[in-house]
Amino acid sequence: MTQLSLRAQLASALGRSAATLSRMTGRGDGSVIGGRVGLMLEPDLLRKLARDRKLALVSATNGKTTTTRLITSALLELGEVATNAFGANMPAGHVSALSTHKNAPYGVLEVDEKYLPEVLDTTGAGVVCLMNLSRDQMDRAAEIWLLAQKWRNALSGKPTHVIANCDDPLVTWGASTATKVTWVAGGQRWKEDSWSCPECGGPLERKDADWACRECTFHRPEPQWVLDDDAVIDPRGQRWLIDIQLPGLANRSNAAMALAVADAFGLSVERAMPRLREVTSVAGRYTTVERDGRQARLLLSKNPAGWLEAFDVSDPNLPIILSVNAQGPDGRDTSWLWDVDYRILRGRPVFVTGERRLDLALRLEVADVPFALCASFSEALAMQPPGRVDVIANYTAFQQIRSEFGRAV
Amino acid sequence: MPSDSALRIVWIYPDLLSTYGDQGNVLVLEHRAQRRGIETETVHVRSSDPVPETGDVYLIGGGEDRPQILAAERLRRDGGLQRAVTRGASLLAVCAGYQIMGSTFGGEEGQPVDGIGLLDLASARGPARAVGELVAEVDAALGLPTLTGFENHMGVTRLGPGVKPLSRTVKGVGNGDGFEGCYAGHVVGTYLHGPALARNPALADLLLSWRVGELAPLDDTRYEQLRQERLSAVLAQ
Ligand SMILES: [Zn+2]
Repeated sequence: MTQLSLRAQLASALGRSAATLSRMTGRGDGSVIGGRVGLMLEPDLLRKLARDRKLALVSATNGKTTTTRLITSALLELGEVATNAFGANMPAGHVSALSTHKNAPYGVLEVDEKYLPEVLDTTGAGVVCLMNLSRDQMDRAAEIWLLAQKWRNALSGKPTHVIANCDDPLVTWGASTATKVTWVAGGQRWKEDSWSCPECGGPLERKDADWACRECTFHRPEPQWVLDDDAVIDPRGQRWLIDIQLPGLANRSNAAMALAVADAFGLSVERAMPRLREVTSVAGRYTTVERDGRQARLLLSKNPAGWLEAFDVSDPNLPIILSVNAQGPDGRDTSWLWDVDYRILRGRPVFVTGERRLDLALRLEVADVPFALCASFSEALAMQPPGRVDVIANYTAFQQIRSEFGRAV
Repeated sequence: MPSDSALRIVWIYPDLLSTYGDQGNVLVLEHRAQRRGIETETVHVRSSDPVPETGDVYLIGGGEDRPQILAAERLRRDGGLQRAVTRGASLLAVCAGYQIMGSTFGGEEGQPVDGIGLLDLASARGPARAVGELVAEVDAALGLPTLTGFENHMGVTRLGPGVKPLSRTVKGVGNGDGFEGCYAGHVVGTYLHGPALARNPALADLLLSWRVGELAPLDDTRYEQLRQERLSAVLAQ
């Protein structure tokens, strides 16, 4: 459907071949290398591939991969959807996603927070979904107030329809320069990054979900959609039970955002909800792997806000394995461990592993949480009695566990 | 209920300056005091509230440029921290908090911003961000083992004659001139952000001992394991 120049067609095709080659040689899923090759041959490829499509961009610190997946599933109700399902969320990944589904009239792209302005400019996406901003891998990520400022500049004066979580003050501030915003009260579990007003720095007054600055006029906008525990209330006041398979409050929030985005595409809750229910696992998250009679459910958690969400999903009656690394994609600084309140684990059998297990071990000792230190995930798993166990791991630790089980998950 | 004799730990402005696990320093101080039978009471002072003058150990952490400027303004106007330090309280000032203690520091565009002048030092924005593990040998007068931790800042800090360098860097950038941090009286400033005291329990004990005197030894196996693992990983690079 997209009319591409010969050069762009060639770039796109060569990118796809590179991706296939990368997959065949086992070097990766190919989505990034393919996009890179394409962009090298035709720098304007992303703009060309995006043209004439209805696109939604999804950005946040946490939940963007899952929400992208939920929105994609919903929009399949309308037609073919191009998406970067492997979480390759920078322009090369976007090129790859759109090249792979050349004729898809719809696209849902997960976008790294830093890249949102650039990708919005390039693609001219009609819908942008913004969910939360919190501290994350500070040794390499931009500071979050700065990120929100860049979002403001990028959205200002554009016709883009923004769907934003008004329970997060920083997201609200980042979204509020947009011409058209649909506010979703999606909840905010982690509040440690929003005690002060993004507009003036004054203290934010909070009462239940509501918040307002004590020193200027910045306040929580009136939401059109409201997440209310296990249900969502739509702009017409109708209450819908969020009937999905992904566990936990954070995923119900992701689902509420997805329903509001679907609505912006003209898709009713009635039609979208059954599609959301089809999503059972996202790139290995929430999957259960099995070995020698032990069933381990894998939860990914990359930063303090993510750990709170994982604790919420985790079954308090089960033993729990925690695995922490500090490779490049995790952030090389483990300071964030001290922002997580681990006391909730007291009374549970806790097993600690990963390349930075000694950092976590000290953290737990100071929190008075007893634990067993294990040299590897396999060792931790072997220490479990047969039955279920929950696993929380950060990014590369999570990928290592998946690889160990052949990525069949 | 805390008694009058409880050790008072005051965490300054966690709403503005607690970007990098700064809470860890509070938790380590509490834990090390409590394990020795010293009762503690911790006060989290929001930036809209006055800083109490009667605390024993004060902590101020790291943060982004804008909150740093706000925190400096509020601390200057408040004056409570300055009075507490004059009374002999211990203070650990980390990263952005460390810079605030000086006469001036670099703002978000590199412009000079007034600090609170509690320590004889001046900071400015440096040419590049210093990110990574840091190792430094502490001033022998303090009798502390090797300093280890993580830094992430763009500051360059020049010390005046009123303070002494805390340590000499072996790895990392620190103040930017071969030294890292400073100390004067019962005040310690450092670029080691987040849970610096988790990596340097002897520094935590120094801050405590300035208020409560000699401390009983603790079983520091976990601390030592982490220190050794980090030091050997970093020095092998
Ligand atoms: Zn305000």
